Amino acid sequence: MGKIFSRYGDGYAAWLTEDEIRRDIEEGTRDAADRGKIPELTAEDKERLLEICIMPGKNVCVERGKEVIVTFDAGTLKIPIRNGVPMDRTTAILTHEKILCSDTMELAHVDYSYKQIKSIISEEKIAMEHAQLNTIIPLFYGAMPNLGLYTKPDGPVGNWSELLPAGKIAEAREAQEEAIEHAIKDMVFVASNMYEAGADGINFDTVGASGDADVLATLKAVAILKEKYPEMAIETGFAGEFVLGMHGQLAYDGTRLAGLYPHQQVKVAEKAGATIFGAAVNTNSSMSFPWNIARVCTFIKACTEAASIPVHVDVGMGVGAIPLNNVPPTDAVTRADKAIIEIGKADGL
Amino acid sequence: MAITHETSAGMGGIRTAGDLAARMQMSKGMKINEAKEYIAGKLGISVFDLSDSTIMNEIREERGIGELMARPGAPIGIEAKIRIEELLGIKINSVGRFKRMIGM
Repeated sequence: MGKIFSRYGDGYAAWLTEDEIRRDIEEGTRDAADRGKIPELTAEDKERLLEICIMPGKNVCVERGKEVIVTFDAGTLKIPIRNGVPMDRTTAILTHEKILCSDTMELAHVDYSYKQIKSIISEEKIAMEHAQLNTIIPLFYGAMPNLGLYTKPDGPVGNWSELLPAGKIAEAREAQEEAIEHAIKDMVFVASNMYEAGADGINFDTVGASGDADVLATLKAVAILKEKYPEMAIETGFAGEFVLGMHGQLAYDGTRLAGLYPHQQVKVAEKAGATIFGAAVNTNSSMSFPWNIARVCTFIKACTEAASIPVHVDVGMGVGAIPLNNVPPTDAVTRADKAIIEIGKADGL
Repeated sequence: MAITHETSAGMGGIRTAGDLAARMQMSKGMKINEAKEYIAGKLGISVFDLSDSTIMNEIREERGIGELMARPGAPIGIEAKIRIEELLGIKINSVGRFKRMIGM
C-alpha cells in the first residue's frame, strides 16, 4: 500500500499508510472520549475524516454553503506586531476588512491583558472610536484575563505557583481568591469603557490560562457586564481543552470549574451570559495530524451538541489540530477547518 | 493564517455576507445556520447565495451596505453600518454612539 502525505503535530511531514491513518483516527477519538466522558465519533464520521485526511489536493475547503464566521484573538497584533509590518492598528483592521476579507476583527494592544489596558484606557478608547467610523465589519475589543499578573512582584497577591510547590495550599487558594476580585474589577472597567467607545463586542481570550480561578474571574465579569449592558456581545475563548485546578475548589453557580472539558465549559459560559464560546483543544506535537484532528472533532462535536450559543473553534498554532509551529502548513490548516466544520459542526473559527 | 481560514472555511467578510452573519451571531447569539437563514430572508435570496461574491457584491452595492472595492459615492464605515442596522433590525453599538454624538 502506498504512503500518504500527512503531518505530525509539530508540522513536520509524516508519510503514513491508509491503515495507519485509520488507526490514528480510531485512537484519537478514543482518547478524547475517554478523557471527556463523551461519545466517540461515529463510523460515518471516522470514514469522512479519513477521506478528508487523504484528499490528494494540497489544500481543501468546506463544501459550498457550509462556510462559517471567523473571529480573532490578538486581532490587530497579527500584522503590525507578529509579522512586523509597520502599520497602524486601524489600518490593520481595514486590511482585514478589504484585503483578507475577514468577517470580524479585534482591536487589541500589544500588552494583551485587561490589567495592563486599565492604565491606557483613554488611548484605547480613542483608537476604537476612530476605527468604528471607518470599519464595516464587527469590531471586538479583546485581551486576556491573565490572573497571573496579579501575583507579586508585579501585583498585590501571593504567587500560587510558588506557594503550591511549598505545600502552602491554603495560602495559594487565598491568593487566587484575592486575585479574582482584582481581575473582575479590571475586566469590567476596561470592557465597559471599550463598549462605550463603540466596540461591537468584547473578547475574553485564553480564559483559564491561569487555571480555574482565571475562569471564575472571567465568568463573574461576564455576568456583571451582561447585566450592565444586555446587548453587549461577549466571546469567551478558552485556553485549553481542560480547566486546570490550580485552586481546585472553585465553582460557578454550583458547577465545579476544575476539570471541565469544552462541552461543559460552554455551559458555564452560557450561564454567565457569553454570546459566543471559543473552544480550544490542544495539539499533541508528537502525534500525527489524523490522531489530533480525530480528538478535536470528538470534543467539538460534543461541545456543539451541548451548546445553545455559537461555538467558534480555536484554530491557531497548537490548538484545533493546527500544528504547533509558527508557520502552520496550509495543508493541515485547511483539513482541520474542513473537519471541524463538517464533522464537529462548528459555527465559526 | 487569516487568509487560509477565510478561503478554506470563511464566508468572506464584505465580499459576501460574512459580516452580516457575524452580526447576527453577536447580537442574537444565533448559530450559523439560523444566522444565514435570517439574513437570506432579509435580503430575499437563498442561503446558498450568501457566500457568492458575484451576487452579494451586487446586492451590497444596491443596498448601500458597504462593498469591497473603492468607488466614488460608495458608503464607507459608519455610513454602511447605519443601513446594516436598519436592514437586519438590530442595534449596532457604534451606530448608536454615532447618532448620540451628532444629536440624532
